[in-house]
Amino acid sequence: MTEADERDVPGRTAESAPVPAPRAADPAPRAAQPRRRARIVLAEVSRSGSRADRTRSELAQQTRVGEALVRGLVRAQLALALRLSLLVLVGLGGLPWLFAIAPALGRTTVLGVNLPWLLLGVAAFPFLIAVGWAYVRLAERNEQDFTDLVQRPER
Amino acid sequence: MGNGYVVPAIVAVTLVTVGIGFYGLRLARTTSDFLVASRAVSPTWNAAAIGGEYLSAASFLGVAGLILKYGVDVLWYPVGFAAGYLALLLFVAAPLRRSGAFTLPDFCEVRLGSRRLRKLATVFVIFIGWLYLVPQLQGAGLTLSTVAGSAYPVGALLVAAVVTVNVALGGMRAITFVQAFQYWLKLTALAVPAIFLALQWQADARPAVTPPDGPAFRAATTVVVEHRATLTFPDGDVRQVRPGDRLDFAAGDPVPEVSGTAIDATDWLLPAAAGEDDRGLFRTYSLILATFLGTMGLPHVLVRFYTNPDGAAARRTTLVVLALVGLFYLLPTIYGVLGRIYTPQLLVTGHTDAVVVLLPEAALGGGTAARLLAALVAAGAFAAFLSTSSGLLTSVAGVISTDVLGRGSVRGFQLATVIAGGVPAVLALNVSGLDVSEVVGLAFAVAASSFCPLLVLGIWWRGLTDLGAAAGVLVGGGAAIGAVLVTVLGPPLTGWPATLTAQPAAWTVPLAFSVMVTVSMATRRRLPRGVGTTMLRLHAPETLRL
Repeated sequence: MTEADERDVPGRTAESAPVPAPRAADPAPRAAQPRRRARIVLAEVSRSGSRADRTRSELAQQTRVGEALVRGLVRAQLALALRLSLLVLVGLGGLPWLFAIAPALGRTTVLGVNLPWLLLGVAAFPFLIAVGWAYVRLAERNEQDFTDLVQRPER
Repeated sequence: MGNGYVVPAIVAVTLVTVGIGFYGLRLARTTSDFLVASRAVSPTWNAAAIGGEYLSAASFLGVAGLILKYGVDVLWYPVGFAAGYLALLLFVAAPLRRSGAFTLPDFCEVRLGSRRLRKLATVFVIFIGWLYLVPQLQGAGLTLSTVAGSAYPVGALLVAAVVTVNVALGGMRAITFVQAFQYWLKLTALAVPAIFLALQWQADARPAVTPPDGPAFRAATTVVVEHRATLTFPDGDVRQVRPGDRLDFAAGDPVPEVSGTAIDATDWLLPAAAGEDDRGLFRTYSLILATFLGTMGLPHVLVRFYTNPDGAAARRTTLVVLALVGLFYLLPTIYGVLGRIYTPQLLVTGHTDAVVVLLPEAALGGGTAARLLAALVAAGAFAAFLSTSSGLLTSVAGVISTDVLGRGSVRGFQLATVIAGGVPAVLALNVSGLDVSEVVGLAFAVAASSFCPLLVLGIWWRGLTDLGAAAGVLVGGGAAIGAVLVTVLGPPLTGWPATLTAQPAAWTVPLAFSVMVTVSMATRRRLPRGVGTTMLRLHAPETLRL
């Protein structure tokens, strides 16, 4: 699941997989980075510094690169939401149909309670919460990938 | 009913509501405080407030009543009411917060830049808000007349007045505290008596919920009929009864079968099977669609998201809400099921919405403990009316003050509150025959067929145009509103027409989506110019500080 999610952000695996963006550099992406002094050339200085800033302005000015980045993020988040809603659609939405075609299932009892009552009255809620919890985690990871992609100091 | 604790409990809830409101008033100073609580509300408080606002009369009273009457098939109501928050979390929560929109009309303007679409959305917000407010006020009137013997208008007007004054004076900051308090009150008011009820059921040697001979009266009972009905007695005797008729039953007498209720033990216990009636399956799926997708379009739900500091917090808040709401919905089922044993007379009177308030005394006897629990439940029911009405009123008044009156001042908001509260109060006095859960379900269907496609396509699809959005809302939402009006005002229908208008979501939601997409593709030249920038704003994490 996680591998697939990461691949949903285009460019990330191809460009930055060998050297993951160092988290430690994140807090001060704007600051001129002294150790990388050799790589700073005039053109980049005139664009107010680091590559991260350039990506950021590409995003803000809607260049083709910026637009592709945003499209990638939107697609990744939408794919995640659709996948999880498909899970709910099958897991919960399939129940009325299942009960309709297999009435014997409705008569099955667990701990003295009929299965439909247990599934709908109790089990449905932890299931929904678990799906929601998974979504929050995975959506935040997608956003973190996007942030890393934009803020990575070097290609 | 002669329970002397009920009225003081209701008065206490009302006073605490107003009291916390005024505590909040001391903190509310600016227009921003009034409208969005200055965004200084912590996620836990916010989640409890959202939960408190969401759990309405339909959840607190209606769900248990429906389960008592119809059994397993209506368990989809609580599941759908909770799952609505999952749909909201997956598709709407974070981007909506990032859009910076405070209301649905705001979102239309941010995303599509159209003033006319904004006006259309305003009309729908007000319609859905009022459609949802009327049954809340009605529920209050009916509950107060059940537990305290007052006239029907007293409860409805009391709730309308308290809520209007509170919202007008305290604004939303106050409401956040009030709502959070009321979530916990509602949970306690159902959970504590439920524990006692379960213990009582154990002590009574676990009487069967669906005895082989059908439900029976446990004690001698006199039933006063409230609605015209046809009763079929087990010995084959058929009797027509009219309102006001008195029927005496001895302990152990079987409960007669009432026309129109799923009193047959198998129907009640087991889900609809295939073949016998496809309309049952259609109704179930329509209900699932309406509740899953309708929550995100309810005006009082969306307003709350603006009080989160950023998109990620909006997501986490929604998850907490889902957990809180899911926890609550475990409880009404217990009341509905035990109601089969202890309050079978409600099946004869048809007044099943009263099961939650009547069950504690019916099951536990008339002792002090039972009466205190009954008072607690009544207080919880009042908390439900007050909190949902407050939330609805805040959002309808907010829309009226900014989009209809065109003033952003505190005074304008107060004037709008009086208008927004007055209209449903008058309506509630004149239409006492509506069924609480049915009308709430219709409000969900209208929201699912108008605002759900607008939000989902607006957030995830660049190709949406203002004309496409307007056409989808008008056709889908209009069809749903038409179905509502036919159901509420029209002649009684039977067969498929009745099913299609009583549970319209299964055809109006796909209709709204397809019209929105088709018209948008046909009017591609009207694509808003800054759509890329808007998408970036909706989806990019705030940590980038773009």
